[in-house]
Amino acid sequence: MKKSSEKIIEKLLLSSALFTILTTLLIIAILLFETVKFFSEISIIDFFTDTEWTPLFDDKHFGILPLLSGTFLTSMVATLIALPVGLVIAIYLNEYSGNKFRKTIKPLLELLAAVPTVIYGFFALVIVTPFLQQFIPGLAGFSSLSAGIVMGIMIIPYVSSLSEDALFAVPKSLREASYGMGATKFQTVFKVTLPAASSGVIVAVILAISRAIGETMIVAIAAGQQPRLTLNPLVPVETITAYIVQVSLGDVPRESLEYTTIFAAGITLFIFTLILNNISFWLRNKFREKYD
Amino acid sequence: MTEILSKKKKKKKKNKTSVEKSVKSNFIISTESLNAYYSETQALFDINIQIPKLAVTAFIGPSGCGKSTLLRVFNRMNDYIDGFKTEGKVLVDDTDIYAKNIDTETLRKNVGMVFQKPNPFPKSIYENVAFGLKIQGINDKSFIEHRIEESLKQVALWGEVKDKMKKNAYGLSGGQQQRLCIARTLAVEPSVVLMDEPTSALDPISTGRIEELLFELRNNYSIVIVTHNMQQAARISDKTAFFWLGKIVEYNDTKKIFTNPKNKQTENYISGHFG
Ligand SMILES: Nc1ncnc2c1ncn2[C@@H]1O[C@H](COP(=O)(O)OP(=O)(O)OP(=O)(O)O)[C@@H](O)[C@H]1O
Ligand SMILES: [Mg+2]
Repeated sequence: MKKSSEKIIEKLLLSSALFTILTTLLIIAILLFETVKFFSEISIIDFFTDTEWTPLFDDKHFGILPLLSGTFLTSMVATLIALPVGLVIAIYLNEYSGNKFRKTIKPLLELLAAVPTVIYGFFALVIVTPFLQQFIPGLAGFSSLSAGIVMGIMIIPYVSSLSEDALFAVPKSLREASYGMGATKFQTVFKVTLPAASSGVIVAVILAISRAIGETMIVAIAAGQQPRLTLNPLVPVETITAYIVQVSLGDVPRESLEYTTIFAAGITLFIFTLILNNISFWLRNKFREKYD
Repeated sequence: MTEILSKKKKKKKKNKTSVEKSVKSNFIISTESLNAYYSETQALFDINIQIPKLAVTAFIGPSGCGKSTLLRVFNRMNDYIDGFKTEGKVLVDDTDIYAKNIDTETLRKNVGMVFQKPNPFPKSIYENVAFGLKIQGINDKSFIEHRIEESLKQVALWGEVKDKMKKNAYGLSGGQQQRLCIARTLAVEPSVVLMDEPTSALDPISTGRIEELLFELRNNYSIVIVTHNMQQAARISDKTAFFWLGKIVEYNDTKKIFTNPKNKQTENYISGHFG
């Protein structure tokens, strides 16, 4: 009796696993199918070299670069915020703070990642931007700066939590070796522990960046909807994700060329995050081997 | 050496002032009525021991009897254990190292330590040996290179690694790594080297090389070594202390301990009849 019920459970687990894989494959298939349709009309060379993205206008251009630069810029600002802050938090919690403090602060930090992103977007638009405009006169109402800063706050726990795990994994024997040589705590942290944890920290940062690249709501609300090839963080831009939202919610006819652009944009985004995730996966395996 | 007392300037190059200058006593380390506790549990009881200069002193005894604890009192490595505390006095170069104004970093530059498991940094061979000098703020490249070469020669590793100084130390064998760790400690020219079972993770050939090395080192360094290997203690040490349940039961010249132990427990232990 027991055997047959266990077999049913096994089958159920297997089918749910298969279902997930199938769904993923289906999504990729649809993405590819629509993308092929798109590239049958637009040259892939234009797609990567044209510096304008205006599929919804009369004078149509299909250059992905402006969307990529918008994505890059917002993620860059976010990383510049999240990397130092997250790292300092990780170092403080792991090397300096008491256990009690750490146990209370960690869940609070992780709460940052649990705030609905629409709230972050709203926060960027009505609080951060007006605040920054007092110091930065040229700052537009929508900008990659405000969106990036707020996104950076959102991804702090990704950086701090994974970096802390990496610091924690550094064997006690290395710290002892350092202290035994007469190193101070500060020297030990920055010359021994942090370098030894560096691959783990890099993994943390890559995962955080990939989260930032895929983030949609904050940039759709606060970064603007103006595809623009620029590295100026003070002006409105549009990210790939924000563009996809714009078209999905708009009144573009389903079968049109304009509509297939979101699949081409989507697959570009997908390839980027896939590469980043693979790098971090590869690094994580490499770094696991080192201490086992 | 009064150097320990005052916070030493980081830039100062080390030379072996401690060994040559201090003529106050023949002992490099001595303890007076030392008790040590891990929270409520007492690990060392009334330890009074005097460690001679420029000699090898061995600590032997069954597991858990406090050998490592005492060794790590000498460079205050136990400071990192919550709840650890000591009573009594520990003098290194006639300075009470548990006094209030002691700078533990300076103490540890003078009292180096080699651990049971080789623990090189995941850095190049060069960076490993240079570490102690660099954290002292020494930047003189030719001086650093000179010290590296000298230290690696002292541990008989120079020939094996001189062509791959930039390679990661993790690529070395266990025995080579341990000799590297010893070289790393010697590079800053401490006056004392503490070794906690430095050969227990090594094969017999590597062990033999480290024992030969200790023979050489005793000319310039005062060495304290914990070992579970009776032959090793007999071969390499000048003095031996036998520990039992947190006390030093017998402490004498190694020859006397191994040929004519005064204490029954010591005799049982070194002859291998121990419960
Ligand atoms: N970090 C610690 N916290 C609490 N108790 C400890 C700690 N380290 C050691 N002890 C206890 O102190 C006593 C002495 O330990 P110690 O490590 O000095 O023994 P040892 O002689 O070095 O043993 P071994 O030969 O196994 O290395 C033991 O009873 C041990 O359980
Ligand atoms: Mg021990």
